[in-house]
Amino acid sequence: MTVIVGCGAGFSGDRTDAARPLVDALIAYDAPRALMFETLGERTLAAAQLRRIKNPDTGDEPLLEEFLSPVLSDCLANKITILGNFGAANPDAACNRIKRLAQNCGYPQACLATIHGDDVRERLTELDWLAWEGENRPLSSLHQVLAANVYLGAGSLIEAMEKGAQVIITGRVADPALALAPLCYYHDWALDDWDRLAAGALAGHLIECGAQVTGGYFADPGFKDVPGMATLGYPLVEVERNGRLVVTKPAGTGGLVTEQTVKEQLLYEIHDPSAYITPDVVVDLSHVSIRQLAKDRVEVVGIRGKPAPARLKTTVSFLDGYQGEAEISYAGPNALARAQLARETLRQRLAMRCPSDLRSRFDLIGLSSVFDGDTQNASQCMHHQPTDIRLRLAVEHADKKVVELATQELLALYCCGPAGGGGVRRTHSQRVKTASYLVPKQQVMPTVTLHGGTASE
Amino acid sequence: MNNTLHNYAHARAGDKGDRLSLGVFVYQDAHYPWLIQQLTAERVSEIFKHRGISNVTRYLLPNLKGVNLVIDDALQGGVNSALNLDGHGKTLSSLLLSMEVTPP
Repeated sequence: MTVIVGCGAGFSGDRTDAARPLVDALIAYDAPRALMFETLGERTLAAAQLRRIKNPDTGDEPLLEEFLSPVLSDCLANKITILGNFGAANPDAACNRIKRLAQNCGYPQACLATIHGDDVRERLTELDWLAWEGENRPLSSLHQVLAANVYLGAGSLIEAMEKGAQVIITGRVADPALALAPLCYYHDWALDDWDRLAAGALAGHLIECGAQVTGGYFADPGFKDVPGMATLGYPLVEVERNGRLVVTKPAGTGGLVTEQTVKEQLLYEIHDPSAYITPDVVVDLSHVSIRQLAKDRVEVVGIRGKPAPARLKTTVSFLDGYQGEAEISYAGPNALARAQLARETLRQRLAMRCPSDLRSRFDLIGLSSVFDGDTQNASQCMHHQPTDIRLRLAVEHADKKVVELATQELLALYCCGPAGGGGVRRTHSQRVKTASYLVPKQQVMPTVTLHGGTASE
Repeated sequence: MNNTLHNYAHARAGDKGDRLSLGVFVYQDAHYPWLIQQLTAERVSEIFKHRGISNVTRYLLPNLKGVNLVIDDALQGGVNSALNLDGHGKTLSSLLLSMEVTPP
């Protein structure tokens, strides 16, 4: 038996018309099928927590209706289980919205499940914390903690499927768990069958970023050409009971699935390839081979697994000051010299007017920005003469007024700066930072709550 | 013709906290031993040192004809802390590919 899992979104702002061709393709398979939506990054969850604090009815995925309404009724009608972390900071809010969608499309008895237990903010002090590798902030130094969310595994999602859930709504779960859960459920994999679990987790990892495995985030014209960028097909993974997996995409869609696209996604955000840690299994990629079977069909074999980790990664989000950004453009003859003079003027003004603990960064967009260090130590040696430069200031400080004062100094370049500056934009925001820790798995207790009817009704 | 790594390899950047990972793969399998010679941890450190990195770890994946580079403290605080326009460091795969190489 083969189980098919598709991925209809790879992040919160993803294309909302992507799932439609995917669901058409899923319907055509004579096999157990599931559709996942991965919409939660570290940054997205932090933003969701802020929204929920301002309004307790929000904090879930803002594009929920746009993602689900084109496909919900067909998934319910065709027994395609939907699994999504679109609950973000508020799974109950997402559940209520999906319930309304289901009612509107004629399925008032749809069985929805919410997964709770990732949010451990109230239990911060009782948990046995360790710093995550690479983390250098002690937990005790964090103030104004907004949220603490554990990466849950597939266990409670499998439980929800066993109870008949047709749509499973989670907050923070490990992204691959959204695919691993239906694979475990349909293939009846034991939760210590490490090689199988590793194959399932890797299947999830390959599709969790949506189009990134089907030609999205890949094109480099003349080097890596991708057809149909405007209609990229989102990925499907076909996984056999023995763990053999094939990545593909719906026929008639744009993009491509090749050894190259699969390789790039395989290592994406992974550190030691022999130990890609998920809550359910440690995946060993060091023996993996990739083979193109046919057009847009790539097989991945040689996946091995090791026992699941004893501790789960937890992201703590906390308020930490304010950020401001402001930009102004200089163009035409001598643009670079004028932009550099503007930067120097701004530097002097900030030194005169702002406290010395203001954190700041200046970019000359058009000469050097993203590659540079915070101190512009790389762009010093660049001497080409661009004719369209945008000076960018980014600042951070604990006091909002200081941040506003700093960006106001850029605004003042309109009248006090070099000739011909224009197009000032300023933004200010409260900073939500994150830090990562590890907690013992047995201290994390996810729960499944069913809402509505059952799948058999 | 400039001899940058971009002519021979493709790459994708990933981030976790303040840690950058770069998956790098040759276009032609025969170039893999050459890639390993060119892409030493020392040379990679040189390319990213202006960003205040603390460590480069290199993992070889001969089956995939690829290398995974893991660079600590490359993201100036990471996505929720950096002042950089590109807090994720997603563009840094292109910085690596702009590295000058001795052609295979």
